[in-house]
Amino acid sequence: MDVGKDKLLEMYRSMQKIRHFESSIRDLAMANEIPGFVHVSIGEEASATGICAALRKTDRITSTHRGHGHLIAKGGRLDKMMAEIFGKRSGYCKGKGGSMHIVDFSLGILGANGIVGAGLPIATGSALAAVIAGRDEVSACFFGDGASNEGTFHESLNLAAIWKLPVVFVCENNGFGEFTPMQTVTSVKDIAVRAQGYGIPGHIVDGNDVMEVYQYATEAVARARAGEGPTLLECKTYRWEGHVVGEQAFLGEEAYRKKTEVEEWKRKCPIIRFHQWCLEGGKISEAELKKIVSETEKELDEAIAFARSSELPDVSEVTDDVYV
Amino acid sequence: MPQLNFIQAINSALAEEMERDPLTFLMGEDVVLGAFGATKGLIDKFGAKRVRNTPISEAGFVGAAVGAAMAGTRPICEVEFASFFYCAFDQVCNQAAKLRYMSGGQARLPITFRAVFGAMGGAAAQHSETVYAQFLSVPGLKLVVPSGPADMKGLLKSAIRDDNPVIVFEHGGLGRLKEEVPAGDHLVALGKAAVKREGKDVTLVAIGAMVPKALKVADKLAKDNVSVEVIDPRTLMPLDEETILGSLAKTNRIVVADEGHLRGGAAADIASMVAEKGFDSLDAPVKRVASLDVPIPFSPPLERAAVADEARIERAIRELLGN
Ligand SMILES: Cc1ncc(C[n+]2csc(CCOP(=O)(O)OP(=O)(O)O)c2C)c(N)n1
Repeated sequence: MDVGKDKLLEMYRSMQKIRHFESSIRDLAMANEIPGFVHVSIGEEASATGICAALRKTDRITSTHRGHGHLIAKGGRLDKMMAEIFGKRSGYCKGKGGSMHIVDFSLGILGANGIVGAGLPIATGSALAAVIAGRDEVSACFFGDGASNEGTFHESLNLAAIWKLPVVFVCENNGFGEFTPMQTVTSVKDIAVRAQGYGIPGHIVDGNDVMEVYQYATEAVARARAGEGPTLLECKTYRWEGHVVGEQAFLGEEAYRKKTEVEEWKRKCPIIRFHQWCLEGGKISEAELKKIVSETEKELDEAIAFARSSELPDVSEVTDDVYV
Repeated sequence: MPQLNFIQAINSALAEEMERDPLTFLMGEDVVLGAFGATKGLIDKFGAKRVRNTPISEAGFVGAAVGAAMAGTRPICEVEFASFFYCAFDQVCNQAAKLRYMSGGQARLPITFRAVFGAMGGAAAQHSETVYAQFLSVPGLKLVVPSGPADMKGLLKSAIRDDNPVIVFEHGGLGRLKEEVPAGDHLVALGKAAVKREGKDVTLVAIGAMVPKALKVADKLAKDNVSVEVIDPRTLMPLDEETILGSLAKTNRIVVADEGHLRGGAAADIASMVAEKGFDSLDAPVKRVASLDVPIPFSPPLERAAVADEARIERAIRELLGN
């Protein structure tokens, strides 16, 4: 696949932003600086980035409780995301959504979602809206292996298939639903095979290889835009951190997986892999990549400072925005 | 003015609103033929793109309506029997109702849900339920319960134009009821009650299919010189408290009649509002007339025994007046 240098740099920046953002969130949560539960996606940067790189700004995504990465990859602003996670008025949702519910309509981000599997029908409906309105927009739907056992998965794939809706279903298979290994609660080894049941293409994708994700995503998006209907992509990846930040405090260290397993996946780091791939054959110089890292660090410091110094919402705002 | 029944009123509201806005569309189980006739013929006017039979998958297509609304269209989503909402509760209560608030006002959810409810003669518990009370504690929704064809048309048109998720509950027993429906762009505002009959001795708040029953009771009591004021709230969310409390201030006595169950029902909700805000006007305790707290039974005599009826409304009023 022939990919321009700008695109590669954009993808590299996206992955770095996600990694830095999520690491900061983990640290801030451990330091009790942010309220609520937070779920970070360290180790899963390639799937978010590879999918969103194949989308236009006017295309839409739905996301999950582990959504920061998807939002950043779709162009979400770190400062407004951070402020939202701090519960501040300057955040994306004026402090009413928090980590699990960030929305940015201007970027086609229909929202992270606290309900497992809820984004699938919403993305399907967003694709339906494109058909009704006669616009060639595509919707991409991120969800986990756990969500693929919800009824909404079945209902959405069926609906999207019969109506040939422009939607790309992206299962990020990180091996676990909370603390339960996927293979103990899922009837198939590969979620992608479930596509057969709906008569749509399903592909197993190396979710730690951003270029492979991007390639499959580009094909699925083109297919959707051409009116040929949905595709199911299963990106095999792994989450380095716990399901929820701070879980070790009540679970202990090796409650459901061995440290050695985590270490093994860390050696397959999607960012290091992409970094090396970019350097090969002189596609991009080390200095250019380093510059992106330092710019990202700066942007993140600014985002945290912005969130910290922003005001909390006024209690008078509690009744705003229930209805239009 | 044309005479229309409930179903024809729905059909004409849908046709007019779909004519008006090309981004409205209809989806639901068997809407092409129209399971109850309400959507009949719309496919011929608007085509298969805008009139869509969904698979039998309530969570899936209700959720699709949510996504379609967020992405700029105006879905009208039929859930056939209101009890089927239980299969799609997450999408209605966690998604449709909350996404505007949780997004800090970014999302717009102009969805109209339509569903048939109520005891309609041997449909048994899973098809006879009066479901709206289940949504009363879910802020973010609007709940509409029309009692006749004219209101049906006007309220449904307002619901479709509203930018919030609105559920329109259509009583399955009202289908053949005919009345004059104003022609043209007839709109009834959400949140505005109707005084269906004026009176001075007692206020009778009646919801949905209880309204025609309440009017019959009022006619009957008038012969005994009892003057009953019948109020139809028309929407339960928002609720027109002012009209109810205003009527109470005049009559000083109030009965609330609903087909839902007694415990946790819409009558309970209105009664407690009245007790709290209208206490000084009350010459007697607030009375509720509601269905028994049993699943609605199948067998006709049992069904009649379970559901609130005219006799019970009359008895409640007589007890209240001590006659
Ligand atoms: C309907 C519902 N059931 C259960 C939960 C609790 N819960 C939150 S995340 C999660 C695991 C989800 O697993 P998966 O879909 O694989 O996503 P991952 O966390 O692995 O990214 C569960 C069970 C929920 N939020 N919503």
